[in-house]
Amino acid sequence: MSKQEQHWEKTRGLLMVTLAIWFVFSIGIFLFGAEMNEVTGPFGYPLTYWFTCQGSLGIFVILIFWFANRQEKIDEEFGFSERGED
Amino acid sequence: MLKGNFIDNLPKVYGIYTGGFLAFIIIMAIAEQMGMSAKAIGICFVAFTVAIYAIIGYLSRTAQADAYYVAGRQVPTVFNGMATAADWMSGASFVAMAGGIYFKGYGYMALLVGWTGGYVLVASLLAPYLRKFGCYTVPDFIGTRYGGNLSRLMAVIVLTVASFTYVTAQINATGTIASVALDIPFQYAVYVGLISILLCSMLGGMRGVTWTQVAQYIVLIIAYLLPVFWISNKMGAGFFPHFMLADEVSRIAELEAQFGFVKNSAENLKEVPKGLAGITKAHSAVNATPWAFISLALAMMMGTASLPHVMMRYFTTPSVKAARKSVGWSLFFIFLLYSSAPMLATLSKLSLIDPSLPTGIIGKSISEVQAIDWYQNWNQANLMFVSDFNGNGTLELNEFFMGGKAVVLATPEIAGLPYVISGLVAAGGMAAAMSTADGLILAIANALSHDLYYKIIDPKAETAKRLVVARVLLVVIGFAGATIAAMEIQGILGSVIWAFDFAMSGLFFPLVLGVWWKRANREGAIAGMALGLISGAGYLIWVRNGGSGFLGITQLTFGIFGSAVSLVSMVVVSLITAEPNAATQKMVDEVRVPSGKSILGKQH
Repeated sequence: MSKQEQHWEKTRGLLMVTLAIWFVFSIGIFLFGAEMNEVTGPFGYPLTYWFTCQGSLGIFVILIFWFANRQEKIDEEFGFSERGED
Repeated sequence: MLKGNFIDNLPKVYGIYTGGFLAFIIIMAIAEQMGMSAKAIGICFVAFTVAIYAIIGYLSRTAQADAYYVAGRQVPTVFNGMATAADWMSGASFVAMAGGIYFKGYGYMALLVGWTGGYVLVASLLAPYLRKFGCYTVPDFIGTRYGGNLSRLMAVIVLTVASFTYVTAQINATGTIASVALDIPFQYAVYVGLISILLCSMLGGMRGVTWTQVAQYIVLIIAYLLPVFWISNKMGAGFFPHFMLADEVSRIAELEAQFGFVKNSAENLKEVPKGLAGITKAHSAVNATPWAFISLALAMMMGTASLPHVMMRYFTTPSVKAARKSVGWSLFFIFLLYSSAPMLATLSKLSLIDPSLPTGIIGKSISEVQAIDWYQNWNQANLMFVSDFNGNGTLELNEFFMGGKAVVLATPEIAGLPYVISGLVAAGGMAAAMSTADGLILAIANALSHDLYYKIIDPKAETAKRLVVARVLLVVIGFAGATIAAMEIQGILGSVIWAFDFAMSGLFFPLVLGVWWKRANREGAIAGMALGLISGAGYLIWVRNGGSGFLGITQLTFGIFGSAVSLVSMVVVSLITAEPNAATQKMVDEVRVPSGKSILGKQH
């Protein structure tokens, strides 16, 4: 397998993990919204309510930065990273 | 001024700007104490901020194609994040979102999740690859990846339909705010709003829009957060509302149980002015079915990843790496406002309905409420209404009505904050609506001037001529949008949601598969765009005309149907026609690697 194919395979793997986490916090948990809301979540808010106000939103922010760093590592590993500044 | 070292000086320039704006707020507060009228304060806030944006727009003027279309591709990640956040958060986010949460609770929060979750798709599926491609516009990518004028034209059509639906709502919002703040009729205020918008974008194109959007973000985030923190502290609800409102949320649930949601008769409701609503849904309980919530969130997420005015912001970063990080910063800056909207809704609702608070009006006598100053002001503005339906002389929960905008606009006054805050909020709403309108008008004008005029009609045109065409189109589209906005056909929020559905119906899969599926070809993409848009629009028209719909897909989520048709037709047509030629396949391989030259040249 060529260097480029290996790079793409790893990139696709990272995409799958990213989309899986995205799916859980944008769709998955809301299948059980009513049940989850009975539980007390962070800062004392009802759990589902907290996810819609802050939880899911904050997780998406962190997820994108995590994804960007992982992808940079993959690019560096195969020597595909760009030179120069951000 | 805007050369070379300007980029290095950005933190200093915007630092001074922010300090200057805060100083301006303080000066206004002092002027208010000295007896400046509320009206004069409102005019000062709107005029001062719009003048600053116009100056930035003038200083960013350019005669170069890559500066006009992609801001010279040198916008640093954090600043591009702020510009995207301003581009993204429209008048709807700023003025209507907290109101939506206030009235509809959980069912509405799907928009919060959808409008943030979409950025994960932007970062992982599209933005870095389109940046590597080196295109000026979204149809530029479609036209080059799939080849041929027809695919480019289809992309221009989808872009125009989606963005135009969106932009009329934004011009409408600038008109509403300008008409209130400057005290002029809406029909004229719409054009005042439009001229302010064009001042930012006409001379500098994307470069002008970028630097004004950063300035607009700073104004709008201060204007949103300052009142939320102030109100929370004044009510004694907690100095950092986001972490400290659990008691208030449970107190609202307690009051809801105590009052109950009494249903009004149709006859009584006829009395209520159009556009006002009562509290009929629980604040923090789950009040929508899983599919209703998920389908709306999903439509907004896929729409986010297909809206060209957002995508083109990531064409302006210096590198692919920077484009990815910049998506993270964008969402961070959006998060600051979106996570505050539910807190504002909570504070606003509790301060109105809790009889044990001095601001609470439920349980007071109707005549007492009608004598309150702020009630009279907002009643006159057609944003508040009370009526004694059951004739007992006391105000009940089901007898109090409010407009969605009032949650953001009136809460500072209800909580007893000085008028300077209301002026600040007006400036913030203006900034939010202007920045989004600018991005949208530019997206449409650029697609028409670059893709339709230069790439299809006259490929030999000189740069100077291209930029003249681009500017003429900008003005024409702006005026067309303002004319439709002045007719006030539909509400702000409804048309924003439609724009997402149109965009995802026609563009989501042709964009994503263009990068992630090498086998996708021209015929498939054309089928995907055309059938997706037609079936989505058809579904909308059908449901609007009394159609029953299916699978719980409503007029707000018709993009789910449109994009499903788009995916199926794109895959089927691609597979029954010839695979893309070797050059195209090689191009896709190159797009997938961050290093190396972009596909399209620096000037094209």
